[in-house]
Amino acid sequence: MSTIVKPAPARSGAAPAPARRARTRLVGGRKEAAVGWVMLLPAAVLILTFLLVPIGLTFGLAFTNARLVSPEPARFVGMDNFVALFTDDTFWASLRNTIVFTVVIVPFQSGLALVLALLVNTRTRGTTFFRTVFFLPVVTSIVVVSMLWLFMYQKDGLINVLLSKVGIQGPDWLGDPHWALLAIILMSAWQAMGFHMIIWLAGLQTVPAELYEAAALDGATRWQQFAHVTWPGLRATRTFILITITIAAFGLFTQVQVMTQGGPLNSTTTLVFQAVRSGFQQQQTGYASAISLVFFVLVLVVTLIQRFLTRDKEARR
Amino acid sequence: MKKTTSRAIVAAAVFAATAALTLTGCAKGGGGGAGTSDGQLVMWTHNAGNKAELAAIQSIVSDFNASQKKYTVKVQAFPQDSYNQSVTAAAASKKLPCILDIDGPNVPNWAWAGYLAPLTGMDSTLAKFLPSTVGKYDGKTYSYGFYDVALAMMSRKSTLEAAGVRIPTIDQPWTKAEFQDALDKLKASGTFAYPADFSTGLTGEWWPYAYSPFLQSAGGDLIDRDGYKTADGVLNGPDAVEWAKWFRGLVANGDISAKSGADPVADFVNGKTGILYDGGWAAEQVRAQFKDDALFLPSVDLGKGPKIGGASWQWGVSKTCGDQAGALAYMKFAAADKYIAKVAKATGTIPTTEAAAAMVPGYQPGGDNAIFREFSKKFAEVRPVTPGYPFIATTFTKAAQDIINGADPKSTLDQAVKDIDANQKSNNYFQ
Repeated sequence: MSTIVKPAPARSGAAPAPARRARTRLVGGRKEAAVGWVMLLPAAVLILTFLLVPIGLTFGLAFTNARLVSPEPARFVGMDNFVALFTDDTFWASLRNTIVFTVVIVPFQSGLALVLALLVNTRTRGTTFFRTVFFLPVVTSIVVVSMLWLFMYQKDGLINVLLSKVGIQGPDWLGDPHWALLAIILMSAWQAMGFHMIIWLAGLQTVPAELYEAAALDGATRWQQFAHVTWPGLRATRTFILITITIAAFGLFTQVQVMTQGGPLNSTTTLVFQAVRSGFQQQQTGYASAISLVFFVLVLVVTLIQRFLTRDKEARR
Repeated sequence: MKKTTSRAIVAAAVFAATAALTLTGCAKGGGGGAGTSDGQLVMWTHNAGNKAELAAIQSIVSDFNASQKKYTVKVQAFPQDSYNQSVTAAAASKKLPCILDIDGPNVPNWAWAGYLAPLTGMDSTLAKFLPSTVGKYDGKTYSYGFYDVALAMMSRKSTLEAAGVRIPTIDQPWTKAEFQDALDKLKASGTFAYPADFSTGLTGEWWPYAYSPFLQSAGGDLIDRDGYKTADGVLNGPDAVEWAKWFRGLVANGDISAKSGADPVADFVNGKTGILYDGGWAAEQVRAQFKDDALFLPSVDLGKGPKIGGASWQWGVSKTCGDQAGALAYMKFAAADKYIAKVAKATGTIPTTEAAAAMVPGYQPGGDNAIFREFSKKFAEVRPVTPGYPFIATTFTKAAQDIINGADPKSTLDQAVKDIDANQKSNNYFQ
């Protein structure tokens, strides 16, 4: 696979320029730096108060038997919550479902989004209309979308009626343990595709048009143009989309809560859903914190692995 | 060196700002004691969006405010779905209102958690109330409700007669075999998408409220009410397994849908199902459509007599209320028969006292709706009176949903028993 050749002169000329700029900056540099820190202050305070402090508290609570409603204070119980968690069938079902969901939806959703982006990446009239229409599901509340699809997925709902017109007998989508997760995957991909389409579109528009012209002059077919010009040019976009879809996919909750409440026979329960259920409905804050801690570790490990696999090998040189 | 100092200053500023932010959260809002606002007693209710009930409550509050100069009550309405969470969050930050309503089965949980103060001086008044509407825990009374709701099997006279099914009465309800026979006959007639609808599409507290009575009718229960220590033997005994098999059998036979539509009453009224199992709130709609043809029948007797759920929303006073005397004065004022009648009439539910029942059209002895009061008096069984109820409710809901989807009854119920026992134990049996 050929890569884009960076113009050589820019590299050798890059070294002296920054040094000169840094020296001139030092004079007014401290003031600029202070302004920068002050601008950071509100966001830093909010992140600390609403993100880091609660995360710290959660990790602490995971080792206690804290309850949501209780006259007694929480007691330290060590690893009890984790032992209970790892011997719970529902937890392993949640973990399995979350992983299956993520593994299927990442290529499926990003692939479809890429196809859509390629389709709307033209300058003909009407592309703006299509871009808007494809993006609409993203801005619709996921709760509303879930309720709509709940109706569509009914045994005699829209989807099965359309399928029967083509001669296929649709299953009971949300009632059959084998189909429920797939139903949720399809619906989630449909809803979020538009967002990633926009990101791919931005990435596509950074690929210089001259490269396409050069490739066309060399006699490349459209598929060869895609494989050798577009795909390598989308590397950075690809990494970003991979990581964001994976993290979002791990957090699957709303669709399950609205449509299946954990699904027929644990077929759609996810880690976040189980955490919310045990924390709020069953009032076991300590246990829910333990689930959250496991979830955090899982997402962190997967993200680090992804970062490692997609690291910029050239930058190391 | 300079960079580290400026960084340190900024970090210190960030921490200071964060600390200030968290401290403002600790400050008390408004003037006056807890639960009050500018000398007014704050009342929370779950009735936002429920125009009729909210209006009835508002009128009681206006009457109370007009009847004396000492206390003023202010109503704040919340949506029902997030009401329990709002109260829990308020309790955690010590901002509970003075007067609040509570879903009946949650009363022991909230009383044990220290949210509620006992209602004193009302024993003689409350003795006239339907027992399922008075919330008691550990020997003290914590709440009372204006109404109760009864579950019933609803159908049409013409449907049952055409299918050759006996119409059950309170003294002679359908037995398990009779009910199955009725369903088979309705299925054979071919007029309905499903012979019966158990409203399985509803979510939340509906599942323990509506389906644990069947478990109790079969001889099982959610927990051993002698001590509330364990569910072993009652939730996973042979009676309970029989109930589970019956429940799953209804779905497997095609008698009911495992997940009904979002509006089962509309489906019944539009002729999609032959028998509807739902609450008395549906009576208006059913009678409006079918007039004299509408039938409201007792639930099925699965062995130990028909059973239906009991206890609906009730009113109580919070422990942290700054003006207990004022809150109790309101509670005494509102327990009058005319107000009970007002709320029951607005919500289409059963008034809790006989005197109030005489004031509500349809609930007088012999009235159209008097049958619901009979059902409630004869068949109502309150959900387990234990602070562990919220956990029991969610565990039972999941078990019932798994059973109805085909999971093995015995192992599902064994798992539910294990979870419930563990929860009761980990809370030291709520001593």
